[in-house]
Amino acid sequence: MELYLTEEEEAFRQKARRWLDGQLQGPFRELRGRGASGDQDAFVEERLAFTRAMGEAGWNCIGWPVEFGGRGCSVKEEAIFNEEYVRANGPGRIGHIGETLLGPTLIHFGSPEQQARFLPKIVVGEEIWCQGYSEPDAGSDLASVKTRATRVGDEWVIEGQKVWTSGATYADWCFVLCQTDPNAPKHRGLSYILVPMRQPGIQVRPIRQLTGSQEFCEVFFDGARTAVHNVVGEVNEGWRVAMGTLAFERGASTLSQQYLFQQEFEAVVEHAKQSGATQDPVVRQRLADAWIGLRIMRINALRMLENQSANLSREALIGKLYWSNWHRDFGKLALDLMGLEADILDGPPYELTSTQKWAYFARADTIYAGSNQIQRNIIGERGLGLPKEPR
Amino acid sequence: MEFSFSEQQEELRRSARRFLASASAPARVRGVMETELGYEPAVWTQLSSELGWTGVTIPEAYGGLGMGYLDLYPLMEEMGRALLCSPFLSSIGLGANALLLGGNEDQKERHLPEIAAGELTATLAYVGPRGRWDAATVEASYHKNNGGFLLSGTKGFVIDGHTADLLIVAARQPHSHGREGVSLFLVPADTTGVYRTWLPTVDQTRRLAKVELDDVYLPDDALLGAEGAGWPLCERIIDRAIAALAAEQVGASERCLEMAVEHAKTRTQFGRPIGSFQAIKHKCADMLMAVESARSAAFYATALAARHDDGLAEAAAAAKAFCSNALFECAAENIQIHGGIGFTWEHDAQLYFKRAKSSETLFGDATHHRARFADLVGL
Repeated sequence: MELYLTEEEEAFRQKARRWLDGQLQGPFRELRGRGASGDQDAFVEERLAFTRAMGEAGWNCIGWPVEFGGRGCSVKEEAIFNEEYVRANGPGRIGHIGETLLGPTLIHFGSPEQQARFLPKIVVGEEIWCQGYSEPDAGSDLASVKTRATRVGDEWVIEGQKVWTSGATYADWCFVLCQTDPNAPKHRGLSYILVPMRQPGIQVRPIRQLTGSQEFCEVFFDGARTAVHNVVGEVNEGWRVAMGTLAFERGASTLSQQYLFQQEFEAVVEHAKQSGATQDPVVRQRLADAWIGLRIMRINALRMLENQSANLSREALIGKLYWSNWHRDFGKLALDLMGLEADILDGPPYELTSTQKWAYFARADTIYAGSNQIQRNIIGERGLGLPKEPR
Repeated sequence: MEFSFSEQQEELRRSARRFLASASAPARVRGVMETELGYEPAVWTQLSSELGWTGVTIPEAYGGLGMGYLDLYPLMEEMGRALLCSPFLSSIGLGANALLLGGNEDQKERHLPEIAAGELTATLAYVGPRGRWDAATVEASYHKNNGGFLLSGTKGFVIDGHTADLLIVAARQPHSHGREGVSLFLVPADTTGVYRTWLPTVDQTRRLAKVELDDVYLPDDALLGAEGAGWPLCERIIDRAIAALAAEQVGASERCLEMAVEHAKTRTQFGRPIGSFQAIKHKCADMLMAVESARSAAFYATALAARHDDGLAEAAAAAKAFCSNALFECAAENIQIHGGIGFTWEHDAQLYFKRAKSSETLFGDATHHRARFADLVGL
């Protein structure tokens, strides 16, 4: 079941395919399939180079308006490109925080100067961004961040700590949600500040995850500095900007993500056939259930992509909750089907097999980018109009 | 394939909702539930001869409107939503599809115009007395006799079997097994030797019957499709009926979600609406996810049916498995969210719950269809 494509969209698909195949069967062939979830710390330098190559060919930020260096692609075209990207086995996108979160935020809330300074570098793949939102005591309750920014002369001086920051070890810049008025009510004293990562006031410590890999980091701000004009939106209006960033997820990555799931699925089925597990009626039920779930995920996405008028349509609202649940449950099934073998590492000291990587990493899927509990709050409140909890 | 509804389909949905708001209002559903007939003849006449619903999928050459199968989708959703009690699923989902897929020119010309006009109701009697869903369910048998056929045996769980004018009966050659040797026959309900018994059901919004065949003689033109090829034909008919039933299940799920959300917004406990508690809110969120995902499954199966695509079997199996669970979960959670009132006879939550349970098992339950899906995709 495929997305319905016009002739132009089909031509666009072919063009993307040609370029990606040329690169990923050519100079970047060693990157194929690397750097995905559970493997994001692999081949960092080479993936940075690949991002620059994409920029040179005009494949970064294709969904941005033309005046900001994008191609003005529709969400559907973006989805097409992303699908081709995973079909070509493209590596985990190292520039995606800048492209999908910071860029759209600046396009919407940024000053012309900020747009001119930052956007072109994202488009060419020269500057990599990371997100400074969560803190040890501010996860789902994001508005209770404690990191302080104090104005000193023409600079902000930042003190505090962020956590779960993907890619902080190699990022050039971070957008940091800071407290700028501790006396204001919770949501009214925050600012959205852009901070250069390479400075003495910042220390990054990678966090080792249960997968053994190190994709998330802690970031310590101890007198870190950034220019006063690096506030996006008004001072103390950062909450609105931060919430805007979260709303820019347009669902363009749904098809490519499902393509990866499909590859995982096929590998598991193949393994189960070889081991004879598929002769067991209970296993057949579980695999059929997962397979049906995967197909429905795809139809949900195709419906969403063809109904673009409604960004907060119900199909879009349920996306994260659906895929993370499915993927977590499928991870369990994949490991179950491996039996005793599921516990044997690829090698010492702690190298997981590719199945172990995604199946264990799936335990984070239901937590990051809005936990399942937060997703259900959003669906209940925005999708169904249920009252908020009194706070 | 396009994954959205046309303006015409949206308009069908709106007009169906307007009509059913009174024609299938809760009080009228409860009235019909008490009758053995199981539907209001006046409503049936309106939806067939005035609104033309019974002709939507029947070609113009046979007196229908010649629209696409996908145009049926919004109608089925709305019928499910309003718990309409009618022989629509049996007559159109089974009867019309059987004739369209298996009938020769003469059979189509004889019966389809009457079905399209709502003047004739039809159903498929394939399940045997023990209620299995695979080919072994066909226990009734036939043999050739006097240039025609003699049928004997018992059919169980026939949808609207006690009221349908035309029964399409599956029977097998003596000593045949499994998928082999099965044929379908057109059996007018008033044929000598046909005995029909209404089976009172827990879900009173849909009627089931037992049909006994005691040496029923049929002329040779009663055979539908090729002799011996009846089971594959039966499966194709059922897959098209499943697409319709799945859409009906989606509509009913959506209504359960609405009832639950309405209640959660207005019912106050501990000084606030219960919908502000995450324990309730999260149930509603899960229901929405189930409803929309079921809609995807049912829509896709119906779209494949519309294109006569070979992928329908897989899509129908997937839709039946998924939509059955989705409606059951939504109907069950609707009762839970309503609390004690949801458990009463007076409240409509029980009607949806019982419809959910009975729809789960029609044409095969989720376990059956997952097993079938596994076979179809080559697991």
